[in-house]
Amino acid sequence: MTQQETARGTFTPRPGAAPYTAMVRAQASMETRLLLRHGEQLLIAVVIPVIALVGGVVAAGRLGIDLDGHAPVDALTPGVLALAVMSTAFTSLAIATGFERRYGLLKRLGASPLPRSGLLLGKVGGLLVVQAVQVVVIGAVALLMGWSPDPLGLLLALPCALLGTAAFAGLGLALAGTLRAEATLAVANLVYLLLLAGGAVVLPRSSYGGASEVLAVLPSAALGDALRAALLDGTLAVLPLVVLAVWAALGAGLASRFFRWE
Amino acid sequence: MPPTPSDAASAPAVRVQDLVMRYGDTVAADGLSLEVARGSITAVLGPNGAGKTTTLETCEGYRRPQGGSVRVLGLDPVRQRRELLPRIGVMLQGGGAWSGVRAVEMLRHVASLHAHPLPVGLLVERLGLDECGRTPYRRLSGGQQQRLGLAMAVVGRPELLFVDEPTAGMDPAVRRTTWDLLRELQHDGVTTVLTTHYMEEAERLADLVHLVDHGRVVASGSPLALTRGRGDATIRLVVTEPFPLGAPQSLATALGHGTEVTPVDERSLVVTGPADASTLAVVSAWCEDFGVVPESLTMGRMTLEDVFLAETGRPLAPTDGTIDGGRAA
Repeated sequence: MTQQETARGTFTPRPGAAPYTAMVRAQASMETRLLLRHGEQLLIAVVIPVIALVGGVVAAGRLGIDLDGHAPVDALTPGVLALAVMSTAFTSLAIATGFERRYGLLKRLGASPLPRSGLLLGKVGGLLVVQAVQVVVIGAVALLMGWSPDPLGLLLALPCALLGTAAFAGLGLALAGTLRAEATLAVANLVYLLLLAGGAVVLPRSSYGGASEVLAVLPSAALGDALRAALLDGTLAVLPLVVLAVWAALGAGLASRFFRWE
Repeated sequence: MPPTPSDAASAPAVRVQDLVMRYGDTVAADGLSLEVARGSITAVLGPNGAGKTTTLETCEGYRRPQGGSVRVLGLDPVRQRRELLPRIGVMLQGGGAWSGVRAVEMLRHVASLHAHPLPVGLLVERLGLDECGRTPYRRLSGGQQQRLGLAMAVVGRPELLFVDEPTAGMDPAVRRTTWDLLRELQHDGVTTVLTTHYMEEAERLADLVHLVDHGRVVASGSPLALTRGRGDATIRLVVTEPFPLGAPQSLATALGHGTEVTPVDERSLVVTGPADASTLAVVSAWCEDFGVVPESLTMGRMTLEDVFLAETGRPLAPTDGTIDGGRAA
C-alpha cells in the first residue's frame, strides 16, 4: 500500500454518466462474462441440452420410438433448443439475479448512473449472447447427427425463441426479486427439472398421452410446440405463441409489481 | 419553491430537515435535522442503530422520507434521482458487487458507467487493490471489500461522496491511508458525508460532527468546539468490583455543583467538570469510603465519546470490545 499523495487536482469533481448505449454495452458484456465463467453455468446452458439431444436421438433409434414419423434428430432438436432457451432465460437468470440482490449488487448499481432500464437491457443482452452460443453448439451437434430443419422454419423460430425468452425471463425475474437467493436457487432448479421431465419441452406433447391437452398451457410446452412447428413443418403455430405471450405479460407484470431491489 | 441557481451554489450540499423514518416499531429517524457544508468532511457519529444508515440512504434516494424533507445538491433525491446520481458517489456498508467478479474488473465496470472516470490504476494503487486485483469478490477480506467499495464510490469523480462506515473492518494502517485519501479528495473540492461509530475517525477527519442517537441529532459542531466548548475535562474511573449501591450518587453529592457523574456500566463511570487536584482528592476519598479499588483512572480533556455520554447518558460504543463486530448485513 503506497502512502504517497496523488497530484493535486486529480480528484477535482467532474461527474457525469457515460452515454446510455455505452453503459448498456458494458453491462451486457459483464453479464455475459459472468454467465459463462462458471462451470455449473456452462453445464446447465450447453452440456445438459447436448446430452439430452444425443441421448434422446440414440435412445429413440435403439428403442424404435415413433416420433410422428420424423427422424429422431429432426423431432428432438427443436425441443432441445427450447430447453436451452428455458435454462438460460429462466434458471440462469433467476439464480444470477437472486445472488445479485443478496450481494447488494443491484442496490449498488441503483446508485450508479446506470438506470434500471439499462440494467435490464444489459441482462437481456447477456442472455441473448449466451443463447446464441447455445444455438450454435446445439445446432452444430444436431447437424452432425443429420438434422435437416425446414429452411423457412429457421427464420420463424427466431420470434418464437424471443417470445419464449421474454416469458421465461419475466418469470425468472419475478422469482429472483421476491425470494431469498437460496430459495430462488432451489425453486429455479426444481422448476427446470420438473419442466424438463414433464413439461413437454424436449418431447412433443403427443408423447404424454392424455395429459397432452392440459400441458399445452405450460410455457415450456408452448415454446417446444412453437419451435417444433417452425423447424419441422415451417409453420407459425399461433396458439402456442398466444400462450407464451400471456406468460410473458404475466411474468413482466409480476416482476415489475413485486421485484424488491434489496 | 424551487431554489434559484444562485441559491443552489451557496446552499449546503445536504440539508435534512425534521426527517422521520419508522419501520414497524423501530424509529430510525425521529425529527432528525442536519446540514453538510460544501467542501467539508462531515461525520454522522453514533452507536449502531442510531439511524445513521437510514439517514444516509434517504439522502442517496433509496428511501422516501416519511416525514420532513431531504435536499442533496439542491435536488430531491427521490424525484430527481436520475439527475442526482451521476453527481454523487456512494459506498454502501457492505456488498455491492457480483460474487464472482474480480476486484479490479468490478472497479473497471463501475468506471465505465461514468463519463470522466478516474484512471482505475490510480485507485488500485492508492487503495492497495493490486494485492487482490484478480481475486473474486466473495474471497476478498472484509477490509479489501471496503477498499473496493470506496474505490467504486470515488471512481466517477463525484462532487459529493456518501460513505457508510468506510473503515469498518480495516486494520489501522489501511484506515490511515483511507483517511489520507478522503482528505486529498477534500483538497480537490469533494464534499464527504461519512457515518461512523469510531470516535477517533470523526475526531481526526471531520470538520463537522453530528452526534446522533435514537434518530435525533443530539449535538453538532466541529470536534474542537464540541469537546472544548464545555471548558471541562473528564475523569474516567474503572473499578475491580461492581459499585456498591448508591456509591455513584454519593460521589456526585460529594463533588457538588458544576460536576457531573455519569455511570457507564456497573464498574465504570465518568466525571465531567473541572479536573483539578481537589476533584481528584474527592474521588480518592470516596474510593476509600466505599472500599472500591480503582483498576484504571484516567484524566484528560473531553473526547467526542464523553460528549456523547454527557448528551445521552449512554456510552457511544459498547465496553465489551465488540466495536469492530458491528457491520450490518
